[in-house]
Amino acid sequence: MSALEPTKLDRPRASRNWSAADSGAAKSVAAALRRADLGDRLRSLTLAAPLLVLLALSFGIPLVLLLSRAVYDPTIADALPQTSQALRGWNGTGLPDDAAFLALAADLRSNQAKGTAYELAKSLNARLPGARSQVLKTVRQLEAADRPPLEVMKAVPFWSAPGTWPVIESGTHSVTSFYLLSALDLRWNADGGIERVPPEQAIFVQVFMRTFLVAAAVTLATLVLGFPLAYLIASVPKGLAAILIVAVLLPFWTSILVRTAAWTVLLQKFGLVNDLLLWLGVADDRLDLMYSRIGLIIAMTHIQLPFTLLPIYSVMRTIQPSQMKAAYSLGAKPFTAFRRVYLPQVFPGVMAGCLLTFILCLGYYITPALIGGASDQLISNFIASYVNVELNWEMAAALSFILLVFTLALFGIFARILGLDRLKLV
Amino acid sequence: MLLSPYPTTGERIRITLLWLWCGMVILFLLVPILIPVPLSFNSGAFFIFPLEGISTRWYEVVLGTQRWQAAIGNSLIVAFGTTLIATILGTLTAIALSDEKFPGRRIVMPLLLSPLIVPVVITAVGSYLFYARVGLASTYAGIILAHTALASPFVVVTVGASLSGFDRNLMRAAAISGARPITSFFRVMLPLILPGVLSGAAFAFVTSFDEVVVAQFLASANQRTMPLEMFIGLREKLSPAITAAATLMMALSIVLLVVANVLARRGKQRPRID
Repeated sequence: MSALEPTKLDRPRASRNWSAADSGAAKSVAAALRRADLGDRLRSLTLAAPLLVLLALSFGIPLVLLLSRAVYDPTIADALPQTSQALRGWNGTGLPDDAAFLALAADLRSNQAKGTAYELAKSLNARLPGARSQVLKTVRQLEAADRPPLEVMKAVPFWSAPGTWPVIESGTHSVTSFYLLSALDLRWNADGGIERVPPEQAIFVQVFMRTFLVAAAVTLATLVLGFPLAYLIASVPKGLAAILIVAVLLPFWTSILVRTAAWTVLLQKFGLVNDLLLWLGVADDRLDLMYSRIGLIIAMTHIQLPFTLLPIYSVMRTIQPSQMKAAYSLGAKPFTAFRRVYLPQVFPGVMAGCLLTFILCLGYYITPALIGGASDQLISNFIASYVNVELNWEMAAALSFILLVFTLALFGIFARILGLDRLKLV
Repeated sequence: MLLSPYPTTGERIRITLLWLWCGMVILFLLVPILIPVPLSFNSGAFFIFPLEGISTRWYEVVLGTQRWQAAIGNSLIVAFGTTLIATILGTLTAIALSDEKFPGRRIVMPLLLSPLIVPVVITAVGSYLFYARVGLASTYAGIILAHTALASPFVVVTVGASLSGFDRNLMRAAAISGARPITSFFRVMLPLILPGVLSGAAFAFVTSFDEVVVAQFLASANQRTMPLEMFIGLREKLSPAITAAATLMMALSIVLLVVANVLARRGKQRPRID
């Protein structure tokens, strides 16, 4: 504000015409305002900067790094420099010439010397199941050096099998679509087109379908259970509504792990759910609910119910009961009034609740891991097992990539039709 | 409001059915979270009703054995660290965002919320990959950093809500009266938005204290948190000690979140200055 000089402003004006000095003053006022404005902007940016930097470091970079692993895998290219060179002229069909075999033999030996042979074997194995043992076997035979390298290579049938060399060739390119395609059970065929992998190798489409199915079932169940309760809470007097809403919030505030633990207790063969089913006469014998799809869906429904219910309730609360009365007095039957007056107004809330539950279900990990059986593991569990068990980061990254695309696309729809403000639950 | 003044039989039946259905749904909501409570006081080693007798032996296991004590200690270290960082940085960011002049608010807000949107396994695996390279895997700092990313959106949202009822003219008045920005923050703004800040802190604490997936990937045996110990216990064998741990965790989160919500509600009301 130092540019503002009071003397200029205080000077009485002789006429309504702007003098040169006035216009100069106006300009300097505008400049001062702009400067002050810029200062404010910078200050607010400085206040937000620490968290933004921290989020970039603790969340942004890890995410980008992981996703880049899905398309960038230099392990094979780095391990096989001579082979990469030798394969440059290969047309991709049949077997490459002997020079490529020799180059590969040389690369394998240098990897053994550097101690990276196992790394290479593992990486090849990720793309070509069974390659690990073949690579290690060949390396040992090359090491023995009792025969010329070419003879050793030709003696191992694996290196002359039709599928081997195209995989090695694709591995020599660091940027690869191999893992992303694999995550959708697709691969490049010999003609350069994309085809489905043989059914016995296909797993992921089925897992994605399973994830969507479980998410849809849970969403539907939460809606069927939650909609009437939301309606009841929105209709009863305030005091009673407060008590009922606590019944929804108590489970909502309990962690997913604790609730999953509670369900593992309830779903045991001699647990309370089986007791209840026997007592009701629904089941003749005790059912295996643990490690089953139905047990998983029950537990997930319990966890997600408040997420579906609360957005619906927040919309229902705003609807005037007099509207329904008006509909009745105009002769509408209860069902008609509900369908044509009430439902259209609560629809945004229903959409918000259902979309939220569906999206959150796509990322479930804890509950399937503890309650689901081997055939009930969802996509997140596969991501975790590719990291923990198979040590195949590229595949985990590719599955994460696809899951993230689905999640963000659904959130995009959510934000587009409902606005991000509806995300607030508390 | 449910029944009209002169209800028909059909209406009575519908309302009765509605109440019955809702009663069942409420049982479905409440029974599972209440079940671990009596079981945790069971003197027997099984999960079967009727209980064999009342005892606190499983609480003695959770609060008395070295393994669980270490887990509780780790959870507290991580949760307090996360709460401290997330609350300070989240409050500053909320103040910055509440200023209309903040550049690119519409882009920054979704970015800040994105840790809540991205499936947590992806966050956990990515953190593991990156933190292992920079030496943060298997450290408290690593877990605290990752938890801060998950917890800070709650602070930004709750403090932001309490700031929407804050009159910025008060800050101008303080400045005119000669207060430096830092003084006017501590003497004018902070006391008025304190409920929102404390509420955000409680949310951050609970987020970190309940978190298990990121901890599973980032923690070594020395940093096992209480939820992680529970998760491992559930995978290995079901022990009633887990129901005791679950009851303790549930009690803590419910108490903290009740406080947080009461504070948040109070914070949203426009502070009155008479």
